[in-house]
Amino acid sequence: MTIARKAVVWGLFAAGGTVSAFLFPAVIALFLLVAAGRVPAGLQFENLHAFAAGWVGKSILFIVISLSLWHAAHRLRVVFHDFGVRKDKAVANAVYLVAAVGTVLTAFYLYSIA
Amino acid sequence: MSRQPYVRPLPKASWYLGNARYRRYMLREVTCLLVGFYCFLLIWALAALAGGSAERWDAFLAAQQNMAMVAVHAVALVYYLVYMTFDWFKLAPKAMPVQLGEKKLPDRAIVIAHYAAWAFVTLLIFWLAEVF
Repeated sequence: MTIARKAVVWGLFAAGGTVSAFLFPAVIALFLLVAAGRVPAGLQFENLHAFAAGWVGKSILFIVISLSLWHAAHRLRVVFHDFGVRKDKAVANAVYLVAAVGTVLTAFYLYSIA
Repeated sequence: MSRQPYVRPLPKASWYLGNARYRRYMLREVTCLLVGFYCFLLIWALAALAGGSAERWDAFLAAQQNMAMVAVHAVALVYYLVYMTFDWFKLAPKAMPVQLGEKKLPDRAIVIAHYAAWAFVTLLIFWLAEVF
């Protein structure tokens, strides 16, 4: 990998790691509340739809989800190596493809929320 | 190259088991699976929101509600805090040391700032979601 490309991959990894380290505990806690049947008022359709329909909400959701996806993809690539899988090219293509698909889906659904 | 360097043979898939630091490293690295899992859960939620009706959204919420997922989220939350969030904060001063003139900002100050910022955004999200 060239140095320039490595910087991009590592930059996305670090940015995504920071975002997911800070925000995902709250996200998991909210899913826990929902799973337990105690849906907070702010997660009712009108509130959440209004948030995701505005450009501020769209930007936040897109940045958080896409960066976290690229963080997870890069770390998973290294995890494969650490568990003894020595096919880095194939692993890298697969994990980055999943991250790219997730990023496109995020953009598409956010675009669809009007 | 004519020389053949000695390569110590190591088990490819279990090399980390004998060393506490390596075990900790592996426990930290596999948190990427949780990050990926919750990203796609969020994307699923966005798909439900994009459906554009309260019925579609309520169906998504109903699909999340079962005791198995309560257990999954509870375990995931504890594991994630210990091995992702807190480890990330612990490593932050190593990854991004802050220099002020001649001096280096002490590691502890950077870590404490991270915890404070984390507590703030977490409370902010709970407040926005009207958890309280």
